[in-house]
Amino acid sequence: MATQAFRPCGDFKSSYAADQTIFPTAWSRNFCILGVVLVAAAPFLVDRYVLSLLIQIGYLGIAALGLNILVGFTGQISIGHAVFFGFGGFASCFLNGKAGIPPILSIPLAGLMTTAVGLVFGIPAARLKGLYLAIATLAAQFILLDFFGRAEWFTGGSNGTVADPVSLFGFKFDHDESFLYVVLFYVVVLYVAAANLMRTRDGRALVAVRDYYLAAEMMGVNLTKYRTLSFGISSFYAGIGGALYAHYLGFMSIEGLDISFSIQFLAMVIIGGLGSIMGTLMGTAFMVLLPQGVNFLARSLDGSAIDHALGLHEGLPFLREMAIGAAIILFLIFEPDGLAHRWKQIKAYWKLYPFSY
Amino acid sequence: MTPHPVLVARDVSIRFGGVKALTDVSFEVRPGELFSIIGPNGAGKTSLLNCISGRYRPTAGSISLGGRDITHLKPNKRAAIGIGRTFQNLALFGHMSVLDNIMVGRHHLLKNNFLTGPLYWLSGARNEELAHRREVEHIIDFLEIEAVRHATAGTLSYGLRKRVELARAMALKPKLLLLDEPMAGMNLEEKEDMARYILDLNEEWGITIVMIEHDMGVVMDISHRVMVLDFGRKIADGLPAEIMENAYVKKAYLGEDLPDLEEDAAA
Repeated sequence: MATQAFRPCGDFKSSYAADQTIFPTAWSRNFCILGVVLVAAAPFLVDRYVLSLLIQIGYLGIAALGLNILVGFTGQISIGHAVFFGFGGFASCFLNGKAGIPPILSIPLAGLMTTAVGLVFGIPAARLKGLYLAIATLAAQFILLDFFGRAEWFTGGSNGTVADPVSLFGFKFDHDESFLYVVLFYVVVLYVAAANLMRTRDGRALVAVRDYYLAAEMMGVNLTKYRTLSFGISSFYAGIGGALYAHYLGFMSIEGLDISFSIQFLAMVIIGGLGSIMGTLMGTAFMVLLPQGVNFLARSLDGSAIDHALGLHEGLPFLREMAIGAAIILFLIFEPDGLAHRWKQIKAYWKLYPFSY
Repeated sequence: MTPHPVLVARDVSIRFGGVKALTDVSFEVRPGELFSIIGPNGAGKTSLLNCISGRYRPTAGSISLGGRDITHLKPNKRAAIGIGRTFQNLALFGHMSVLDNIMVGRHHLLKNNFLTGPLYWLSGARNEELAHRREVEHIIDFLEIEAVRHATAGTLSYGLRKRVELARAMALKPKLLLLDEPMAGMNLEEKEDMARYILDLNEEWGITIVMIEHDMGVVMDISHRVMVLDFGRKIADGLPAEIMENAYVKKAYLGEDLPDLEEDAAA
């Protein structure tokens, strides 16, 4: 892992295998398993509205993880992540609707198709850096968005296209209660895969390229290959996220795939923590729950003096946008390392509890 | 001596616009040798090292390693043929742990990739990583950096970072190790430690070393042969004792500048 793991006092490892685990301590592993179990039990515990939020965090979290691999781990930049998310959605609908491939297969295939597209747009990344690369990825955003608008055979044009629900052996995952498990499966598999990638050869190479590309090159890392590969992996995750989104809604259109969605992905990654896998999920959850929080606040102030003074009712959509902007700015100033770092500090605070001296 | 030198440079020249950084530099490094390059600042030492490691492409001349012409070989291909190097200004991967830094050095030796890596337990990537971890631990043990193996590289002290950089270069199993000022900015004790590591590397691990160093005491003590550069030209090469006696060397490099150099080392 890129960031140094926190280890409690007296926690010694006696084998290299025990020292290379994804989770540095048994506690952190069990905590994570507990989280998965709780989400799996969620359909029996919470209402459909909360489930829809969990599903949203799931598919957006997968796509955001892709962006974090690109931006956080490899040190590249992309302001076109939303179109890769969209491409995955359209590709899965296309494979499903036109080629008759069941969604259970079309989702991973859509991921692979998006990878191919991402690799093409990743080629400039081998040569460009920083602002120039940002502009090049901006081009991807506009080119693909335009393509979605025109290619009716692929996307259904402005009408959009329908997607079948995911089904397995005749069982349809067409409700929030059941689709949650599909998303949970993908989240667990893809997050574990990313964690594994980061502790093996190619993951280290990506981080090496970010930290000191000249030294990485001397260590035998092919810069062109890894910079492009990073785009490929990032697009794969975006594609899977988008495909899940399409089959969740049962419908895919170009609506919402604009640049502000791409920026939202960047916000998730920055707020969660660049170069942190679990942080990505935290950041996504934050970004999904933030508008809900603003809504809740506005609703509880409804009819009060503050509401009349500020006109919260009419301003709600703007308020939401502003909250997102403010969150990004506040995080950049006060916690540039994101929620993952904050979480680590909270753990470090309790490290020596109750004898904190 | 064996008739076949490891590294041969023939008339290497490099120019940056109007500046000739190197002019017709030729030298040979024999197997198992500890070869030092000295010269005043701006003499072209690092440029020469960059030509060998592939950062720069010589405008004229050729460089070959073990009989193979590597003048135009890409830098990232040179790890696999056995060239490792450290940098004058530290070039560690600052946010990675010391262990991961060193493991990056195993890059060309590891087989797992972005497809097999994520399948950690199923694809055998785990066993491969652990086997290499074991090898890397030998290096960690040799350089006495066990205590910091999990520390983030960017947080270490200067002397330790130099050592981690050496460890990373060692991890790629080099036949030829290029060290660019391995002792710059170190105190006496750290220098002595580093000199001992370099000697052990050379004698016990059998690695051929090309080293740039300013500390004349160290250079003359541990090198087998020394080459002197000034203004991009080779002035002399030979045994340390011969170099010390060379009139041109005394004048151009050792002569009047020597007290200054000692001050630099002290500071």
